[in-house]
Amino acid sequence: MLYSEKVMDHFQNPRNVGKMEDADGVGEVGNAKCGDIMKMYIKVDDEGIISDVKFNTFGCGSAIATSSIATEMIMGKRIEEALTLSNKAVVEALDGLPANKLHCSVLAEEAVKAAVKDYYDKRGIAYDEKLFAPGGGSCCETPLDDCELRPEDIHIKPARQ
Amino acid sequence: MFVYSDNAATTKMSKTAMDTMFSMLEEVYGNPSSLHTAGQTARERLEEARKTVADCLNADEREIYFTSGGSEADNQAIISAAKAGERKGKKHIISTKIEHHAVLHTLERLEKQGFEVTLLDVGRDGIVKVPDLEAAIRPDTALVTVMFANNEIGTIQPVAEIGNICRSKGIIFHTDAVQAAGHLHIDVKAMNIDMLSLSAHKFHGPKGVGALYARKGTALTSIIDGGAQERGKRAGTENVPAIVSMAAAFKEACGNIDKNAGYVIAMRDRLIAGLEKIPHSVVNGDRENRLPNNVNMCFEGIEGESLLLMLDAKGIEASSGSACTSGSLDPSHVLLALGLPHEVAHGSLRLSLSEYNTPEEMDYIIEKVPGIIEYLRNMSPVWEELESGRREHFID
Repeated sequence: MLYSEKVMDHFQNPRNVGKMEDADGVGEVGNAKCGDIMKMYIKVDDEGIISDVKFNTFGCGSAIATSSIATEMIMGKRIEEALTLSNKAVVEALDGLPANKLHCSVLAEEAVKAAVKDYYDKRGIAYDEKLFAPGGGSCCETPLDDCELRPEDIHIKPARQ
Repeated sequence: MFVYSDNAATTKMSKTAMDTMFSMLEEVYGNPSSLHTAGQTARERLEEARKTVADCLNADEREIYFTSGGSEADNQAIISAAKAGERKGKKHIISTKIEHHAVLHTLERLEKQGFEVTLLDVGRDGIVKVPDLEAAIRPDTALVTVMFANNEIGTIQPVAEIGNICRSKGIIFHTDAVQAAGHLHIDVKAMNIDMLSLSAHKFHGPKGVGALYARKGTALTSIIDGGAQERGKRAGTENVPAIVSMAAAFKEACGNIDKNAGYVIAMRDRLIAGLEKIPHSVVNGDRENRLPNNVNMCFEGIEGESLLLMLDAKGIEASSGSACTSGSLDPSHVLLALGLPHEVAHGSLRLSLSEYNTPEEMDYIIEKVPGIIEYLRNMSPVWEELESGRREHFID
């Protein structure tokens, strides 16, 4: 199998899939032309805690799996904490991704950030623009070479081949 | 239920091919280049296989060269014709945008060596337009290489017409017949084919073996140097068990072309009719001039790899031209050549059948696919945009 069991589990049983009508923040990243778009919805309570997350994804198995696990990783977290979610953490939580799928983890990180940015914008909360510097994004525009995470950077259980 | 429907990728070996291979492995282990009896027995079987393959193509056995498969045959054919052209100062090659990478990448290499390559467009039907080909021919055209039938969308190219034109102009015509051999009638003489590539594992033979037909008088360049096997054109001890097994499989396939085609076409059309009912879906490639076993469709709003994984979980094994399955960032070059936008090409599904499939299996596929498409569409932001009108449907 191309993917780890974790990836297959999140692909076949995606957590928090769906739309949210009354989201406090919505982020969409990726490009249909490249074959992956992630849309992340967050609900934030008065304490600044993410009380609900939903996602919709157009993409391959790993795009769906990274979206799914990212929603789990930020659910119940403080918004500042969600912003620290890295694509590397996403890859590790999935027990690895094949090298040519690493960009999906970048998309997941960016989808979360885009949702938070939207939340800040809607609430009029000031933030440091640098937090949302355009990153890797969809890797058909940003080839894997430009992704933050290189295959050799990953020293974790590789996806079963 | 388990349905293997990826026969364009590879096929299961036939009983005949397997029995032949086993008995060869057991009994005929000699090296065909050896002078002793064991060697000469292997030599006899090798030459019988050559005659069998030649007969299936209406060729002469001296025109058949065994290779490691279709890719090697394509490489050797194209390089040989290029070198022969170069010797006469002809460095222009015509091909199409929908060729297999074994052809396209060989042509790219030749371009770097100073050859000029014209890649013809295909119509929305996935078929090369003969007038375009005629218009592309130049005095320095050394080779025309056009596939017999496409591996992704199954479209059958006007090979006989192209062969006729090339012969009348003295241009070498090569055809990659990897998907066609054993499935369509091929007559290299009647079709004026100078070179043809085929691969055993596409017609229920073993993997790692194929053949190159090169018409008498067509200069061949060796791309593997060493011993004098294959009349000095392909070094290396012949893979005798695989070659003999290929010949058995090819003979069996060619003897059953009409019978298999009738049976497989009925399943193909049943499958297409069932899947076409899915809204915003399209059949890729011409419906008539199409390999008997090929179904290729795009479904808007979804991505092919996730579709394949979900089908696999239901026991249905298929293929897709999405970027994620091609190992590159772009979707299939064949689907793009049809004029499909990237986002639509990502949502492609290829089901390729064989005579080992059953109509019940088609019904099973028809039963499972719509639900999976609906599920994936429901979680797709692209589908949401399509449905809300923010993105325009490409497929009605």
